[in-house]
Amino acid sequence: MSRSGVRFSSRALMANQDAFAEQAMEYMPQLYSTALRMTHNASDAEDLVQETYLKAYKGFAGFEQGTNLRAWMFRILTNTYINSYRSKKRRPDETELDDVEDFYLYRRMGGLEAARASRSAEDELMDYFTDADVQAAIDALPESYRLAVLLSDVEGLSYKEIAEDLDIPIGTVMSRLHRGRKTLQKQLHDFAIERGLADAVPEAP
Amino acid sequence: MTHDHDSSPAKPIAGTPDCERALAEVYAFLDAELNETQRNQIMAHLEACSPCFEAFDFEAELRTVIATKTQSVEFPEVLRIRIEEKLTYLRIQGSGGVGPDSGGEPGRGA
Repeated sequence: MSRSGVRFSSRALMANQDAFAEQAMEYMPQLYSTALRMTHNASDAEDLVQETYLKAYKGFAGFEQGTNLRAWMFRILTNTYINSYRSKKRRPDETELDDVEDFYLYRRMGGLEAARASRSAEDELMDYFTDADVQAAIDALPESYRLAVLLSDVEGLSYKEIAEDLDIPIGTVMSRLHRGRKTLQKQLHDFAIERGLADAVPEAP
Repeated sequence: MTHDHDSSPAKPIAGTPDCERALAEVYAFLDAELNETQRNQIMAHLEACSPCFEAFDFEAELRTVIATKTQSVEFPEVLRIRIEEKLTYLRIQGSGGVGPDSGGEPGRGA
């Protein structure tokens, strides 16, 4: 396997790109799911994933074998989204979110599992919220918060990587994650109330 | 192990200064952004304080749920075919076959 910094002959490059086709295809459904949450639109998501693969294929010589191919693909996806898809929408980037209490959902739904001793909170939450609930709650976040949450919670990037991708300071990454996650929790709780799964109780005194 | 949950909504979480310090770092902790010393301090607190442990555990599990459900989108297999065709085309082009800049845009899935 080649190492970064080594120049490829064109024959080696081709072999390398064959390897790419073999290795990178398995990430396509994950990339598509994230693209869909970014773009809100199946057609744009398909185009975004296609563009990601074409860029990755052309740039595969620069990929350091042995490092994380999934992370590399996600980074190309994110950069492509930010550079081409986001700019054309021209959404206001800085939307203020209402302040939501820390541990919003836990304070209201924590301890569910105690009622049925054998189940974990994860099992309960898996049942409580449908896929559509979670997807709608993420989609409802203003873009700058949504991106930070997707990059961290779904892609697993570090604060530093998110700061680089979004070109914002690390402190801003942290505050967007914090506010975005709390708002997501409140949205999920609202869904639970709508379906009668949780009690609509006024804020505690 | 005691299970003296207050099951009413909007329940408070234990509130000693140690608890407050730990709870304030829940995201940095779960995001693996703390240094080893900070991480160990929180781990020690969580071992000693079950209300904080439960709150952390809930947040960690909620995150798993969110990541899982975000990823469970039906994948359009036609996209895989489209991309494989594009890549094959690029590969043929790269191996000596000369072609136009890039293939025509396939129609968007309507």
